[in-house]
Amino acid sequence: MQYLLLIYSNEKEMAALNPAERTSMTEEYTEFTKGIIQAGQFKAGDRLKPTSAATTVRVRNGQAVMTDGPFAETREQLGGYYLVDAKNLDEATAIAARIPGARVGSIEVRPIWPPQT
Amino acid sequence: MNASSGNQGIEAIFRREAGRVLATLIRLLGDFDSAEEARQEAFIAAVEQWPTQGMPENPRAWLIRTGQNKAVDRIRRDVVFRTKVQGREIASAEADAAAIAEDEDDGTFGDDRLRLIFTCCHPALSAEAHIALTLREVCGLTTQAVARAFLVSEETMAQRLVRAKKKIRDAGIPYETPEPPLLNQRTQGVLAVVYGVFTEGYAATAGSRLVDAELCSEAIRLGRLLDELLPKNASVLGLLALMLLHDARRGARVSPDGDVVLLEDQDRAQWDRAKIAEGLALVEQALSVPGQISPYAVQAAIAALHVRAKTKEDTDWPQIVGLYEVLLRLQPSPIIELNHAVAVSMVDGAGRALDLVDSLQARGQVSEYHLLHAARGRLLQQLARPNEAREAYRAALQLTTLEPERRLLMARIAGIDAAPDGA
Repeated sequence: MQYLLLIYSNEKEMAALNPAERTSMTEEYTEFTKGIIQAGQFKAGDRLKPTSAATTVRVRNGQAVMTDGPFAETREQLGGYYLVDAKNLDEATAIAARIPGARVGSIEVRPIWPPQT
Repeated sequence: MNASSGNQGIEAIFRREAGRVLATLIRLLGDFDSAEEARQEAFIAAVEQWPTQGMPENPRAWLIRTGQNKAVDRIRRDVVFRTKVQGREIASAEADAAAIAEDEDDGTFGDDRLRLIFTCCHPALSAEAHIALTLREVCGLTTQAVARAFLVSEETMAQRLVRAKKKIRDAGIPYETPEPPLLNQRTQGVLAVVYGVFTEGYAATAGSRLVDAELCSEAIRLGRLLDELLPKNASVLGLLALMLLHDARRGARVSPDGDVVLLEDQDRAQWDRAKIAEGLALVEQALSVPGQISPYAVQAAIAALHVRAKTKEDTDWPQIVGLYEVLLRLQPSPIIELNHAVAVSMVDGAGRALDLVDSLQARGQVSEYHLLHAARGRLLQQLARPNEAREAYRAALQLTTLEPERRLLMARIAGIDAAPDGA
């Protein structure tokens, strides 16, 4: 099964990290990503720019309406994701628990619908 | 054999085998709902065939094989599922059907039941779902019975079960007994569910029922099953002992009028000696598993000291205080602190115990817990401070909806008001 691991954290806290903390966080992410690539679990993964760069689009009455910012204001924001292949939920949550961001924020584990045949 | 005794025999087999048959069918079919349907069809086939064709030599294997064949037939008929059954090709399902059952020994069935328990108690499900699924799928209670036990409508409970099974399927919760790195943690989760079922039955959290015997019995049955499947586990042994020792006092805990009877006032002759004997033996086993100290075993050891005593005064209170201190180190909790304080009052007096309770209350974690105020009231009463005692009992009254507890508290207040010296 494929699972999307959504990495949520508090952007303000993340922005307040000092350079040394930022470097070590980046190194941990590199290490983690290498690990799941080697294990054959990695399908995709990216870091997102902050919600200050987000735009929300809705189509109403045939018109695309844009608003500045994310869909909802929350305490933690979506900051990145991994798409992984896992045998089951236990394997997916074990991968999620190894994401460096899990120690400061939280990871939402969402199974992906298999493609319609 | 006449028809009615034959049917009774079949019913007895169904009751005994229902859980095992379901657990194995879930593994073979990969889905709770298909397995339940298949089991139902197998039971119907048995009622039709066994009285005329005779009882099969291995009824369990017959039921599983028939259930699986029925499921495969249904899949074949069902166009939507023509290509896939939960990712399995029909061919492999048919091959399984041919091969199963005869060669499955009791060990495999045991493994399936354990898989079922771990799946129903998976941490990705809600606490409500754990208890509902365990009672429905592992214990085989009807949805109606589970609903009644939790004071919700049958419809609400049915929806809760449907949602939980959908989550199992959609999220890919494995139908597996976890491997050793996870096994211990997950076992603790399962035991918490079993103990939750027990305490729900032992002191229903709302309403007037103080004891719901059926839930207590189901919890003990689950405890026995776990002990069979995970032998020599200190936590399992400890929990089973704890439940038996509490349950042994069930009859004496409530007066014929439905009032609470405190441990010290209980008629010890009413205690169930057989359960006590079994519980005491299990405590010994739990405490002697090398390298494992389980909080359940320590709690059971405390319960054992209570039931061993012939009177309240005869109770080994210093050892109980010591065991609560062990428990506080293993598993700090305000409730254990409160129980520790009550035990301290029996050794060092009410004054010292009141200090402990007041310090617990000052930390604010349990100010909404009615038993804290009830215990304070009791200690204040012992210290001949009736006005403060009355106030504490009133605070407790505000926080509990359990009718028998309320009557006890009101009787205490009436007692203070009636005594001129308030003692």
